[in-house]
Amino acid sequence: MTDSRSRLRRVLLWLIPVVLLLTACGEPEWRTKDISNLMPSLAFELTSETGEAVTAERYRGQVVLMFFGFTHCPDICPVTLGRLKAVLGQLDDDAEDVTVLFVTVDPKRDDLKALRQYTSAFGEEFVGLRGDRQALDTLTKRYRVTYGYGEPDASGNYSVSHSSAVFAFDRQGDARLLIRDSDPMEAVVADVRRLVQ
Amino acid sequence: MTEYLYYLLPWEFGLSWLVFCVGGLWLYYRGLVRRRARGIAPGVWRPLAFTVGMVGIYAVSQTHYDYLAQYMFFTHRIQHLVMHHAAPFLIALSVPWPVLASGLPEWRVPAGVSKPAMALLRGLYRVLQNPVLAPVLFVGLIYFWLIPSVHFDAMLSRWLYDVMNWSMVIDGILFWWLMLDPVTTKGGLARLGFGARLVILWLVMVPQIALGAYIALSDRVLFDVYAVCGRAWPLAPLTDQQIGGLVTWIPAAMMSVLGILVLIGYWLAGRGDDRAPAAGLTTTEGA
Repeated sequence: MTDSRSRLRRVLLWLIPVVLLLTACGEPEWRTKDISNLMPSLAFELTSETGEAVTAERYRGQVVLMFFGFTHCPDICPVTLGRLKAVLGQLDDDAEDVTVLFVTVDPKRDDLKALRQYTSAFGEEFVGLRGDRQALDTLTKRYRVTYGYGEPDASGNYSVSHSSAVFAFDRQGDARLLIRDSDPMEAVVADVRRLVQ
Repeated sequence: MTEYLYYLLPWEFGLSWLVFCVGGLWLYYRGLVRRRARGIAPGVWRPLAFTVGMVGIYAVSQTHYDYLAQYMFFTHRIQHLVMHHAAPFLIALSVPWPVLASGLPEWRVPAGVSKPAMALLRGLYRVLQNPVLAPVLFVGLIYFWLIPSVHFDAMLSRWLYDVMNWSMVIDGILFWWLMLDPVTTKGGLARLGFGARLVILWLVMVPQIALGAYIALSDRVLFDVYAVCGRAWPLAPLTDQQIGGLVTWIPAAMMSVLGILVLIGYWLAGRGDDRAPAAGLTTTEGA
């Protein structure tokens, strides 16, 4: 009895420095969701809104914020992109090193012209990307997101379900953060600034 | 036709699932043929139960169903119902171990490797099948993977997703085998008695009902990963969660009731002690 109790005490005494060491060594916590060990680095083959074929290599050296949406989106997309625009506004000079990639999950309706018009409303850091079904599915599968189409109404409009998250990649193209629409603004600004610096 | 074929192909190919399902069925049918030649093969029902169980695991992991399971909460709950409850239940009910052993190829493993490996496995098995730990693990794993932050990571990461699903299948087979093993003594050694199993089956039912009801009756979205990653089709998040909660609640608890019925059946048939097999029931099994 006393023997097992003293053994327990010894284990507990050992645990204290180990826990302290673990917490002391770790970097300060990110305020949005850290996905460093969960998701793969940035890779895709798509067409940019200017019509040129682009891969992820093109954006190495930049902090990339990637979002999946569609230009007919009534709520989540404009709100999210608007929020990102505000984030970039608060970053001042650091914003130059950030690119926002808007990948359309509705390539049928979103042609290059529609994409150009849509992203230009938010700023020059915003780039629209589109691809055929296969290229798009390769990318969405890689980041474990999906999309789906609702039934079209009388005038041919249909709703599209898509991911509401923004994926952030560092300058090396490694996946770092997942930004949710519920994350407070100042948390997003602080984390993106930390990625840039 | 090709479209149907597309839905039967894996959404994400996983070698471990293929090896487990195809390898398991191959071993089983090889063993079945050999046992039939010696006149000691089980009848029709046990091979059928084993086959349906294995095909079930394959269907929810290596067809397009896996896509639905990744991008909708209630379809994910159905996937786990198959992986952790229904399929392992059928596999355990089929008592496949002697048939699988007969199907093993005659490879010679050096005793220096096989002995410590078997000792390790036996020790691990004894710990996991402890009558207190096994039900705690069975319910604990359901709760653990449904902690919202853990669930979020598991749905985001390919390898965590695989770990989650494998933990369901392995724990499911272990648990249901502990519950549905038709004998209570083997070679003079006591296994878990029917009475204790009835208590365990009832005990695991209660927290599953509680969790399922909590999820189904919650008026806010608990698992936001499906909004973050997108849904398979535009279904209202709360509706998705309510159906998912019901799946966690009712059919999962029903499996305990089915298990209790099977045990009562064994009991009435006078089974339990392998030294005194009841007439009529064990004639086709052999040792």
